[in-house]
Amino acid sequence: MKIAVCVKQVPDSWAEKKMVNGLLDRVNVDAVLNDLDEYAVEEALRIAEAHGGNEEGGANTVTVISMGPERATEAVRKALSMGANDAILITDSALAGADALATSAVLAKVIGDGGYDIVICGTESTDARMSVVPAMISARLGWGQLTFASKVTVDPAGKVAITRVTEAGVDEISAAFPCVISVVEKINEPRYPSFKGIMAAKKKTIEQRDLATVGVSSQSAWSQVNDATPRPARAAGIKVTDEGGGGEALVNYLAEKKLI
Amino acid sequence: MSNVFILADFAGDKATKTTAELATVAARIGAVTAVVFADAGKGAALAATVNQGPVTNVLVVESAEFAKHGVPAVADALANLVKGKTPAALLIASHAFGKEVAARVAVITESGIITDAVDVAADITATQLVFGGSTTVHSKVSKGTPIITLRPNSVEADLTSASPAIENASAEISDAAKLSAISSSQPPVKGGRPELTEANIVVSGGRGTNGDFAAVESFADSLGAAVGASRAATDAGWYPHSHQVGQTGKTVSPQLYVACGISGAIQHRAGMQTSKTIVVVNKDPEAPLFDIADFGVIGDLFNVLPQATTGISAKKS
Repeated sequence: MKIAVCVKQVPDSWAEKKMVNGLLDRVNVDAVLNDLDEYAVEEALRIAEAHGGNEEGGANTVTVISMGPERATEAVRKALSMGANDAILITDSALAGADALATSAVLAKVIGDGGYDIVICGTESTDARMSVVPAMISARLGWGQLTFASKVTVDPAGKVAITRVTEAGVDEISAAFPCVISVVEKINEPRYPSFKGIMAAKKKTIEQRDLATVGVSSQSAWSQVNDATPRPARAAGIKVTDEGGGGEALVNYLAEKKLI
Repeated sequence: MSNVFILADFAGDKATKTTAELATVAARIGAVTAVVFADAGKGAALAATVNQGPVTNVLVVESAEFAKHGVPAVADALANLVKGKTPAALLIASHAFGKEVAARVAVITESGIITDAVDVAADITATQLVFGGSTTVHSKVSKGTPIITLRPNSVEADLTSASPAIENASAEISDAAKLSAISSSQPPVKGGRPELTEANIVVSGGRGTNGDFAAVESFADSLGAAVGASRAATDAGWYPHSHQVGQTGKTVSPQLYVACGISGAIQHRAGMQTSKTIVVVNKDPEAPLFDIADFGVIGDLFNVLPQATTGISAKKS
């Protein structure tokens, strides 16, 4: 099987984020592989391992696909050190400020041209938090959509079944190859890259492509930010120390505020 | 006056309060048409429950394909309606299903999309609270039909009764939208508690529970609240991941948020700091979450919560 995994480099989810000129400041902040994409990389590796592995010349390959600035090689390298075979990074100055629609157009073109059987994504990135890109890729490619999966079962003969878990309930869904999968974080426990994996990743190929190589025209965003203002910090309110009546004080506060 | 589409939101066979919230916001832009997608023969019954808020028309689309194929089928049919009737905007509830439908409609109709709005103005400018509510952003769609998903519980719904005119439309669904097949669907398992993202009150537990959520749950039940958990608690396996509040979990914005034994790393704050009122119970007086609490109790949650639970039950009886 040819498996693709889409990953994104995002500001560290533990860091404070800021907007500059209507865009997220991605320069002056620590950047990491999107937490939620690690589950996608792990699931791709597990699928490959369950069906003959992804050793060189083996039955399966796992290719990491990412769009972002040059610096995103760090996040891509982490996915490679977990065990993916190779990577494609789409970098082009014309893509700065790309929205989800532009991103999905570029990713879909690369995925469609790559002849993959399945593509696996995280459900969302921890910066934009839209959770729309997997559905957009599926719509653009005309591939089956198997999203919000808490369980993925692959039949290498060409079929995927998932358990979809959302606030609306639990669905069992299946589709034939090729299809787009997104996985939720309870699906697995991502592995830590081993020392051997980190060393091996340094030798793996990250193929860089610009928009011309990908073969899509420049993509402008279809929505614009008018303004972005930091909200005033919340001020601390009343603080009491429990000396036996803390629970009662809490009830009185809630009653006073008409919250009960 | 222009026409605005909302995708009616249902829980089981009843329209939710979110539907009225969508209508309330959409009515600022134009006359509201609520679009209802239903299984064959079920449309009239579902449409009849869209009876609150400023809804002028209900457009009913029936097909057995919706239950078989889910998001892609609904998105295809909705995109075809948008193309045919060219509404001024399309508003959809911001949950997994709503966002994915919006995503596909945006691709098919070549329209811009904004997700997780907390408000939309008459000129279709959307307000979002990003980076865990630390920044307010106003943005506008610049291409096609503005498609905006609205976070449940963000606006006060106009709940006046409505008796909209009901029309039917046919479902046009492409073969590409039928590639994934749903073999079974189970409604969410309800522990008698409200859904986390829609609850008016959320009570969450963290590291301070030491894995024992009984006090947190009893207190939540006395308030009719949903139960949340910090990432520390879900990572430790003390509470299901589906209840995690925070940057990598759910974002909640209830009237009242009570954090119990949660220190308040940015990771957690990002998921709850837009709550209207924040109450913190923690035995560590230095817990950073106290800095944004409207009311804080420095104390052991295993003493404070049972006493508060008793107090609330007494007030209610």
